[in-house]
Amino acid sequence: MEVKVKATIIDAHGLERTLNRLAHEIVERNAGASNLAVIGIRTRGATLAERLVKKIEQIENKKAPLGILDITLYRDDFRRRLKQPTVQATEIPFNIDEMNVILVDDVLYTGRTSRAALDALMDLGRPASVQLAVLVDRGHRELPIQPDYVGKSIPTSIGEEVQVRLRENDNEDCVLLVEAPKEAE
Amino acid sequence: MALSSSHLLGLEGVPAEDITTILDTAKNLKTILDRPIPKVPTLRGITVVNLFFEPSTRTRISFELAEKRLSADTVNFSTSTSSVKKGETLKDTIRNIEAMKIDMVVVRHSAAGVPYFLTQCTDANIINAGDGRHEHPTQALLDMMSLRDKWGTLHGKRVAIIGDVRHSRVAGSNIRGLVTMGAEVMVCGPRTLIPPGIEELGAKVSYNVDEAIEWADALNILRIQLERQEKGLFPSIREYHAEYGITRERLERAKKELIIMHPGPINRGVELDSDVADSDASIILDQVTNGVAVRMAVLVLLSGMDSSQE
Repeated sequence: MEVKVKATIIDAHGLERTLNRLAHEIVERNAGASNLAVIGIRTRGATLAERLVKKIEQIENKKAPLGILDITLYRDDFRRRLKQPTVQATEIPFNIDEMNVILVDDVLYTGRTSRAALDALMDLGRPASVQLAVLVDRGHRELPIQPDYVGKSIPTSIGEEVQVRLRENDNEDCVLLVEAPKEAE
Repeated sequence: MALSSSHLLGLEGVPAEDITTILDTAKNLKTILDRPIPKVPTLRGITVVNLFFEPSTRTRISFELAEKRLSADTVNFSTSTSSVKKGETLKDTIRNIEAMKIDMVVVRHSAAGVPYFLTQCTDANIINAGDGRHEHPTQALLDMMSLRDKWGTLHGKRVAIIGDVRHSRVAGSNIRGLVTMGAEVMVCGPRTLIPPGIEELGAKVSYNVDEAIEWADALNILRIQLERQEKGLFPSIREYHAEYGITRERLERAKKELIIMHPGPINRGVELDSDVADSDASIILDQVTNGVAVRMAVLVLLSGMDSSQE
């Protein structure tokens, strides 16, 4: 589907720098990487989480466990959508009890995805804390959710969409502001 | 991913893509069963009625567990405790249940076609849990899931269904599903228990169990209903076991690893010997676990579909 690109918000170099900063902020706030787990929300949150784990390892010389969270079954619009989302597996091969969990997503918008992710996490255990890291915060929250680490805050209008494109998923690294496709799901 | 129908009445005519979607979804849902809290909120607010006009323990429990794991509200209805005993018609029963605002119906009945009939009198999503000798689609799906777990694919694999094929809805659904997925199917049993014309579903026929074992990669062994003997369909339990019972001795002659399946409950020493049922080749207990996962997948996928618009 053709979408109209209005602006490039972050380019490949910028994305690299932003992730470096986020990694530093995370280890600063948590005084290192011990007891830290990084869990990404499918699909692109998981890719970002994987990159953050590598960067944190470079800084602290310690590899934080990496998890992937699929929130499909926790969505509040699961039965309302015209197109049914595919149910994929959550892959968290470690115990999150008493861990400081960094929850990673690409774009923070209404807050509904984060809400679903929190519910999904709590069903897996009782972490010491959950901190939310997002690459882009585009505003328009519908729930009282606030990120702990933000790559970039971008004021957007409802008719726009923020597209995060990553090498591993889309063959390029950038964040685009595009016009939302009309009414099609 | 959506299915092409808002009901699961059987596997006849269900495209391979739908079966693949169900099996893939089931595989992902199965991981929930191993969690400390094996429950997700997906079907919160959805009410499912389990309508069992025929006795069933494991299928009903499996469906009930699947519903509970997905946080649906469930109501159980079985003939022994219902007003069907008082002479209420099927249509009235379902009409009454619908008036109570039910979203999904899981139905088992001794008459073929009852699930289809129900789609005509209610807007709820209908799931067939066995109708007469016709179909038992979730059983076939869990059998296929168990085989796919072992093999990675069903395409080109050979499955022999052994026993009372004539009275078996499990066989009916398995043949249809496996053929759709590109597997080869053979049915094997005494002539009196193999229905004429079964080849039209795409299955080979053999009356010699050693030949079936030689040919197959997996055996799906059906339960022999002891009451069939009274009707003279085979001379005696002992003779059935001698001619068609799956024994270690028979399998060893085949000189290859065969997968052993059985939909349960097993008549040990009749259609299947204990040492085979409990051997490493047997995936009978995997079938039970997969049954819950497959039923969860069917419930999740159908719940997203509006049946009133078809």
